[in-house]
Amino acid sequence: MSDQKKIFDAQRRLQAGKEYIGVHRIDGPLVFIEKTHPVGYRELVECVDAEGKVRLGMVLDTSDSVVVAQIFEGTQGLTMPGTNVRFRGKPLELGVSRKMLGRVFNGIGLPKDGGPEPLADKYCDVNGKPINPTARAYPKDFIQTGISVIDGMNTLIRGQKLPIFSGNGLPHNELAAQIARQAKIRGGETNFAVVFAAMGVKHDVAQFFINSFEHTGVLENVALFLSLADDPSIERLITPRTALTLAEHLAFDHGMHVLVIMTDMANYCESLREISTIRGEIPSRKGYPGYLYSDLAELYERSGMIKGFPGSITQLPILTMPNDDISHPIPDLTGYITEGQIVFEREMHGRNIYPPVAGLPSLSRLMKDGIGKGMTRDDHPHLASQLFAAYSYVKDVRNLASVIGEEELTPLDHQYLEFGEFFERNFVSQKMNEDRTIEETLNLGWEALKKLPVEELHRVTDEEIDRYYHGA
Amino acid sequence: MNERIIGQVKRVNGPVIIARGIKDAMMLELVRVGEVRLVGEIIKLEGDTAVIQVYEDTTSLAPGDNIYGSGMPLSVELGPGLIGTIYDGIQRPLEKILDISTHFIERGIELPSLDRSKKWHFIPATVKTGADVSAGMVLGTVQETERVLHKIMVPPEISGKLVMLAPEGEYTIEEVIAEVEHDKKKIPLSMLQRWSIRKQRPAAKRLPPDIPLITGQRVIDTLFPLAKGGTVAIPGGFGTGKTMTQHAIAKWCDAEIIVYIGCGERGNEMTDVLTEFPHLVDPRTGKSLMERTILIANTSNMPVSAREASIYTGVTLAEYYRDMGYNVAVMADSTSRWAEALRELSGRMEEMPAEEGFPAYLPTRIAEFYERAGHMVTLSGEKGSVSIIGAVSPPGGDFSEPVTQHTKRFVRCFWGLDRQLANARHYPAISWLDSYSEYLLDVSPWWEQHAGPSWTTDRAEMMELLQREVRLLQVVKLVGPDALPDSQRFVLEVCSLFKNAFLQQNAFDDVDRYSSVEKQMKMLTIILTYWRRGQEAVRRGVTLVKLKRMKVLQDVVKMKFSISNEDAAAFDKLIARLERGLDQLESIYV
Repeated sequence: MSDQKKIFDAQRRLQAGKEYIGVHRIDGPLVFIEKTHPVGYRELVECVDAEGKVRLGMVLDTSDSVVVAQIFEGTQGLTMPGTNVRFRGKPLELGVSRKMLGRVFNGIGLPKDGGPEPLADKYCDVNGKPINPTARAYPKDFIQTGISVIDGMNTLIRGQKLPIFSGNGLPHNELAAQIARQAKIRGGETNFAVVFAAMGVKHDVAQFFINSFEHTGVLENVALFLSLADDPSIERLITPRTALTLAEHLAFDHGMHVLVIMTDMANYCESLREISTIRGEIPSRKGYPGYLYSDLAELYERSGMIKGFPGSITQLPILTMPNDDISHPIPDLTGYITEGQIVFEREMHGRNIYPPVAGLPSLSRLMKDGIGKGMTRDDHPHLASQLFAAYSYVKDVRNLASVIGEEELTPLDHQYLEFGEFFERNFVSQKMNEDRTIEETLNLGWEALKKLPVEELHRVTDEEIDRYYHGA
Repeated sequence: MNERIIGQVKRVNGPVIIARGIKDAMMLELVRVGEVRLVGEIIKLEGDTAVIQVYEDTTSLAPGDNIYGSGMPLSVELGPGLIGTIYDGIQRPLEKILDISTHFIERGIELPSLDRSKKWHFIPATVKTGADVSAGMVLGTVQETERVLHKIMVPPEISGKLVMLAPEGEYTIEEVIAEVEHDKKKIPLSMLQRWSIRKQRPAAKRLPPDIPLITGQRVIDTLFPLAKGGTVAIPGGFGTGKTMTQHAIAKWCDAEIIVYIGCGERGNEMTDVLTEFPHLVDPRTGKSLMERTILIANTSNMPVSAREASIYTGVTLAEYYRDMGYNVAVMADSTSRWAEALRELSGRMEEMPAEEGFPAYLPTRIAEFYERAGHMVTLSGEKGSVSIIGAVSPPGGDFSEPVTQHTKRFVRCFWGLDRQLANARHYPAISWLDSYSEYLLDVSPWWEQHAGPSWTTDRAEMMELLQREVRLLQVVKLVGPDALPDSQRFVLEVCSLFKNAFLQQNAFDDVDRYSSVEKQMKMLTIILTYWRRGQEAVRRGVTLVKLKRMKVLQDVVKMKFSISNEDAAAFDKLIARLERGLDQLESIYV
C-alpha cells in the first residue's frame, strides 16, 4: 500500500506544475476552472493575472468537471482571457520562524513593512489540525492583568480563550492593549509574545495598537497580521489562520507564552457569509452559513496548553456585537465555543466607567481552577461569588427603584444601592494605565462589601468575615 | 477484512464526497477514501453514484481517488477494556493515537478500539457444554475494573448449542472462549463483539421507569426527578451551566456506568474530565470515578461528520453495558451540535431544508436517539437501564428554536436553565418555573418508601410556594415590598431561604456537591417547618422582623455546607433548635 501511495504522490507532483490558460467564470472572489487534472480539496491555487502578478487562493469545491477556488487577494482586475491558474498540489502553507516577531504582514503572511521575507524554519498548513484532547494540559495559571473586574471577577487563565463582546464606539481596543501591556504571571518568566490579527479594521485602529506596543517597548515581541478595511474581504478568512499558525509555532516549538489578539471577529464572519452566499449555500440564521459554528471553533480551539510543552496560546478575540445584540449569531456562537466572555455595556460607558464591563453577563469558565489558595488568595472564590450575588441584587433594586421611586425602598435596599455605586465607581472603574495587584483588587472588593450589613453575606465564611470584613 | 475497490471520487465538497462507478456497495457501509484512507460511510446510493460522509478532514482528496469498501457497516467494538478509555466520535482510542502520533490528530490513523494484546482473566459461568444458549446469555465474567464486572454475553442474533466453553484463565479479546453450534455450523465466540452504531441493541421488554436516578443535586432529585431509563433535556444559553450540570451528574449520580459524550464542545472541557475524574471518589463505592466512565470526545474543531456519529457511538456502548444488567447514564453534551452537524451534512448534500436550514428528518432522528433509552429486562433476564441526559444549546438562549422544540416532544423531563439565575451565580441555574418532570408520578412511591411518606405532599407544598412567590413578586415590582402584609412577605422570605439554603448547590464544595436522599429530605423538612410554624406565628401577631432575625436561621442557611450526608443527628438537632426558637417567639403572643 505504501508503494501505491508513492506512485500516487509522484503523479500529483507531476501534475502540480501544470498551468491552465484562462478561467471559465469569475464571481466575486471565486474563480471557476473547467476540465482540469484531478485537483485536491483545499489545495493551494496560484492565479496569475495579465500583468504576471501571482495571487494566492484555495480550492473550495473540486469535481470531475469544475474546480471552484477562492482568491484571497481578491479578483479585482482579473480578466477572462489573460488569467492563468496553477494548482500547487499541497494546501496553503505558511513559512514560520521566530524572526517574524517585530514584523508586519498581510493576511496571507507576506511582509507589509517593506522588509524581506523572513527565512522560514518550517512550513505549516495554515488550517491547523485539531489538538488531541488527551494531549491537552488543563489551563490553571492565573494571569494578572491588573484590571480589577477581570482579575477579581472574570479571571484570565493562561491558555484560555476569552473574547471581548463589545459594541461600536466602546473602548475594547484600549482594554485589549492594556491587557497586552500589563498581563503577567505572578513570579513567572517573561518569555512572551503577542500575535495580532486584524481583520477588516480601520487603519487608525491598527495604528493605535502599533503605537501602544511601541510605547511600552514590546514591539519586537509582536507579530502583526493586518488585513485592513480596504483590503479584499476574502483575505480576512485566512488572516486569523496564518496568525494562529505562527502562534502555534512560537508556543509549541519555542516554548513561548503567546497572547493572540484577533479583531474584529464580526468582520471575519461577514466575509464568511459573503463567500457562502456567492456559492449558493443554504443559509441558517441571518444568512450566515450553517457551518459558522464549526468554522469559528476551528479558530478558537487553536488555543490552550499541551502536556510536556512549556508554551501556551491565550486568545483574546474582540468582536463588536451588531446593534449591541448579544443574541446575534456571531457573539452567540462565539460564546458557545470560548471559555467565557467579557461583555461591555454601553450604559456604563455613558456613565464614564472604564472598563465598561457588565458585571453579570461576563464570565470566565476557567476561573474556578485558577484562583484561591496558593494561586491568588484564599478568600478569592467566595469573595467573587459574594460580589456577583450582591451586584445582581443591586440590579433588581435599581429596577424596582425605577418603578416605585427610591424613597419607597427599604433601608437595606438603600444600602445595596450604595454598595452598587461604590462597586462600579471604585472596583470596576480604573484608569487606562492603572495596574492593580490582585491583593489590591481583592481588598477593594471587601471595601465594597463593607457597605452591606454582615447578615447579607451568605457566600463567604465566618473566618473570612472576621479577617477581611471586620479586620483591617 | 475483505477490502475491495468500490468506486472513485467524483466530487469533494467539505466532509461530503460523491463517488462514481459504484457497482457493489452497501448502504451505511464503512469505507476508506483515497490513499490516506480516510474513514467514511455511504449514506446515499443512486445509480452508479454514491454519497459518502467522511469522518476526517478531506483536504487534498481529489477526483479519481479510489474508494475502498470494508463490507461491513460502521460499528463499534464491544468487550472488556472500554471503561476508563477516551475515544473520538468513531471509537478510535485517543490516548493510543497520542502514543503513535503527535499532539495533533493526524488523518487516516487506523487503530483498533480495544487493546488486542491485553490479557483478561476470564471466569466461565456455570453453563454446561451441550446446553442450549440464546442471545444475551452470560458465558462468563471478566473483572474489567475494580468496580465493574464485565459479563461476556452471547451476541444478539446468535443462539444454539454450546459445544465449547473455555476454562478459567487469561485470554485476549480475540481468543475463542466459546463455540456455539447452530444449524450444524460451529460459531466461534470471543470476548470481542461488533455492533452497528445506528441499530438499537435488542432487549426482552421495557419496564416502567419507576426508580429515580439519584443525582445528588437537590433541585433535580427533589423538584424534577429523573427516572432510571428516562430521558431529559437540559437547554440553556451559553454560560448558564449546561456542562457544569452534566459534569455534576456524571460525578455523583447513582448509575453504575457513565458514558460521557463531548459532542462538538470545548477541548478543555474533556481535559477537565480527564484530569479531574480519576481523583474523585464515588461516594457509594469509594472507588475512583474514572473506573465507571467512558468518554467520547469529538470536540468542536474535530471533523463535523464524526460529531454526527459520536452520539450513536456513545449510546451503543451504553446499551452494551445495559445488557449486562447495569444502570447506565449517557450524557450528551451537546445535542444541538449534533443537530447542526446533521444540518451541515444535509446542506452539503443539497437537500431541501425545513426550519432554519435543518433537514426535515431532524425530529425523526432526535426521536430515534432518545428512544434508545429505557428501563429494560435484558435478553438474559436481568434489569438494566439507559438514561439519556441531553444538553441543548439553543441559539440566543431562545427555547423556541427547532432543536429545543423537537427535543421537548421526545423527552419526558425538562430542566430549563435560566439566564437570570446564572447571572446571579445561582447554580445549578435550573428554573423552577419552566422545568418539569413527567416521571414524578412514577417515582413518587420510591421516594415515599425511601425518604418518608410525606415526600409527595411536602414537595408539592414547596412548589406551590414558589409559584405564589412569582405572583407576589409581580405585585412587589409595582408597589414595593412594604405594601404587602406580613403573611405574604413571609412567603417571599421562605422562598428566598429555600433558594439560598436548598436550591443553590456549590459543585466545588466538598460537602455540598452531593446530597444524599436522606439529607435532601431533612433539609426540605426543616425549611417547611419554618414555613408552617412561622405562618402560624405571623397569624398570632409575631412580627416578620422577629422571625427573620432568629439566630438559628443563620445555621439553616449554612446547613448544606456544615452538615454532612451521614450526620442525620445534626439535622434532628437543628430541627429541635428551630422548633424551640419558634416556641419562644409564639409564647410571647399567646
